[in-house]
Amino acid sequence: MNFNIPFMNYRRFATIASISLLVLSVGSLGFKGLNLGLDFSGGTLIEVSYEEAADLIEIRDLMTSNGFDDFQVVNFGSNSDVLIKVADEDGNSQLGDVIYKFLQDADPSTELKRIEFVGPQIGSELRDQGGLGMLVALGMILLYVAFRFQYKFALGAVAALAHDVVIIFGLFSLFSWDFDLTVLAALLAVIGYSLNDTIVVSDRIRENFRGERGFEPHEIVNRSINQTLSRTLITSLTTLLVLLALFFFGGDMIKGFSQALIIGVLIGTYSSIYVVANMLLGMSLTQDDLAIPEPEGAEFDDMP
Amino acid sequence: MVLSIGVIYSLPNLYPAKPAIQIAYTDSGKSADQTLLNQVKDILEDQSTGVESVGLKDNNIIAKFNSFDDQLAGKAALQKILLDEAIVALNLEPTTPQWLRNIGGGPLKLGLDLSGGVHFLLEVDIDSALDNRLESLLNEYRKKFRDDRINVASSVKDNKDLVFSFASDEDYNKSLRVFNEDNLTPLGTPLYDLTTNSVRNLVELTYSQSAIKEIRDYAVGQNLMTLRNRVNELGVSEPIVQRQGSSRIVVQLPGVQDTTAAKKIIGKTANLEFRLEAASTTSRLRKEEFDWQDERMGSAFLEKNIIVSGERVTNASSGFDESGFAQVNITLDMQGGRAMQKATNGNIGRRLGVLFVEQKNKSVLTKDADGNEVIEQTSYIEKEIISLATVQAVLGTAFRITGVGSPQEASELALLLRAGALAAPMKFVEERTVGPSLGKENIELGIRSIIIGLLSVIGFMLFYYRWFGFAANIALFANVVLITGFMSLLGATLTLPGIAGIVLTIGMAVDANVLIFSRIREELKEGKDPQTAIQEGFSRAFVTIVDANVTTLIASIVLYAIGTGPIKGFAITLSIGILTSMFTAILGTRAIVNLMYGNKNIKELRV
Repeated sequence: MNFNIPFMNYRRFATIASISLLVLSVGSLGFKGLNLGLDFSGGTLIEVSYEEAADLIEIRDLMTSNGFDDFQVVNFGSNSDVLIKVADEDGNSQLGDVIYKFLQDADPSTELKRIEFVGPQIGSELRDQGGLGMLVALGMILLYVAFRFQYKFALGAVAALAHDVVIIFGLFSLFSWDFDLTVLAALLAVIGYSLNDTIVVSDRIRENFRGERGFEPHEIVNRSINQTLSRTLITSLTTLLVLLALFFFGGDMIKGFSQALIIGVLIGTYSSIYVVANMLLGMSLTQDDLAIPEPEGAEFDDMP
Repeated sequence: MVLSIGVIYSLPNLYPAKPAIQIAYTDSGKSADQTLLNQVKDILEDQSTGVESVGLKDNNIIAKFNSFDDQLAGKAALQKILLDEAIVALNLEPTTPQWLRNIGGGPLKLGLDLSGGVHFLLEVDIDSALDNRLESLLNEYRKKFRDDRINVASSVKDNKDLVFSFASDEDYNKSLRVFNEDNLTPLGTPLYDLTTNSVRNLVELTYSQSAIKEIRDYAVGQNLMTLRNRVNELGVSEPIVQRQGSSRIVVQLPGVQDTTAAKKIIGKTANLEFRLEAASTTSRLRKEEFDWQDERMGSAFLEKNIIVSGERVTNASSGFDESGFAQVNITLDMQGGRAMQKATNGNIGRRLGVLFVEQKNKSVLTKDADGNEVIEQTSYIEKEIISLATVQAVLGTAFRITGVGSPQEASELALLLRAGALAAPMKFVEERTVGPSLGKENIELGIRSIIIGLLSVIGFMLFYYRWFGFAANIALFANVVLITGFMSLLGATLTLPGIAGIVLTIGMAVDANVLIFSRIREELKEGKDPQTAIQEGFSRAFVTIVDANVTTLIASIVLYAIGTGPIKGFAITLSIGILTSMFTAILGTRAIVNLMYGNKNIKELRV
């Protein structure tokens, strides 16, 4: 496949799209916040399965009559599986057993699938740790890219990553999807993936900048993107293939995970084309920035 | 070479695990022997269950069965006869062939979300361990000053400080010598932080940071041991009891089916205290009133003085007395025995109480500074009488408690006593229970998504790159084998997010090949001949591949550092996957492409 799409001509449009997505995300995060999963909010979660379709109304009544008031009862996966979440802030670890007991008293066929209890203290610790981990990952990547490429590339790469992460956060907030530890894991995987793309594109930009003189920067950037486009699309496609397999066949426990990754791969592909290139042109990358011949190419050349 | 190692170590995963039962003596000091082995064989033969083999392994007896139904029937039969003598636990025994085991091969360990089971995170209450230490330290000094004829005007425990005030300058100076002498530890680090006031003859004593750390380590260590004993009593195969961070303990019980029973034993975060019942003449300051655990019994007064607490108990068992009533036999260590002897000497005919100390949580609705109602969680310690028996003779290291209720209650009390006591109370801060059916479901779903993901990528690569796609597919397949092989070799645990990691790696692993192939295409377009194009394509794509993978590796290492349990599993498979995929995609594909095109004069190359 040969591409010759004048990507950089649509720069303004892409910038507006990115900025409005970012504003929407930040706005939603600010006003609505994230729908934190059990790992971060703390509380008790219990999943049970019935032999036939479960009567949610009856279960809700049962919960109320047993003195619970802040809880959610929803179907999980199929209509015979029920997920009950109790927002319990006083850290009582016995709630799961109590609930399972009266559910089983009401219907002996109730089968316990899982109980999860996360104390309020652990929840807030995981929140802090997760946030910190994210920053550490971004920081280390910034350093690595700055060391291997040049600081303008590093800033571009990290801007692209931050862009992806904020938008995924925003979508999870906007649609009130559960944000739990697996989604956080997916986010870090997205960072890795999106970076993969970014590096490949940056690598080509660097190569072309060094190789040919006398072209406008935006022409070179455009050509680099076109040269790597088929690879970018194919890799995104294969990754999406497996993620879709995971989303449809992997079960409900990792739905949030595959969902975050699918969005991440789509946004990551877009951001590695537009955000990085835009940032580089915005910071007016010149050939002088890359003029110093780097010795690192030599040590790899003698590989078989 | 690397690939063959991968193949060999991933082999054990092809042998399915067999349902088995693990039998061990209840007394953990006694290892299984021929007698027990014969007994087990006889019992199982009588039952004519479908037992496949019975044999000794480590300190246990392992009986393998043909089916899960046979396994359950076998367990019921064994328990009926062996009773308290042995622990009978359900187990899954790998059927890895001997030659593979000899070179360290074994199947992947499954995480709790795949095997089913319970995960607990307990937090040790260091504050209350410190309080206990300070209380006993206060008593020690009071006694010492009395013996040394140092006149103490007052001595109190104030939060985390002990405050002594002395009658005269002379007493004050003498006491300083005592304190300073005690403050010297062999390591040279001070035990206490002392604040003195020579005008008012005041000494304020508090534990130093290093002493607190030592107390914490001791308390966590002691609790860890106690929990291990309790978990062993449960008879779970391959349990995990580990310290996490400074004051937390993780307990994982894979494959536990009856989770409530497990929680009941683990959750008994209890301590014990032996105290004499207060005489009616005892001053109010020296006695305390406690409720019975059995509410019908009301309450009773016990002395404030603790004779012995739970950590001195070395063994306890249930049995029957001469008239056939249930009893509990208790053995104390030397120090405990001496204390018990001293306390019961001259007190025959009085009653000895056993207090059960348990940490509980209570929530109260209070108002914060802004006047909003908030729920405030406070933990408190509940002490209840579980036994109050008349002392018949001077007690030593071994004695018995009678009148403990039903045989079942007696054995429960014995279990609690035997499992030892905790140095500090603990509370649950996290708990995850996965039912066995969900575990099985997760494995099936995980494997299905791996297969579907793998097939669709293989199909796409074949369709798009033809022969080169074929080479990439072989490399991809080798990659999956390598991942399982290395994970088995490293003893890593496979979790559901771990499976997701493998699936993700499958999708991303072809990236390196895609990069190489597009390079080859470009080289061809520039008019280079096929062999040079292949050569150039591989070497020019290499730098890009390394850069791209190293950054992903950074992200997954961070993930490993911050993640817990299942998330760590994801990080591990992702990291291993990145490394193996780099290897297979570059070297593996290269080898295959060379086989296909090497040393041939190709006129036309389709990529």
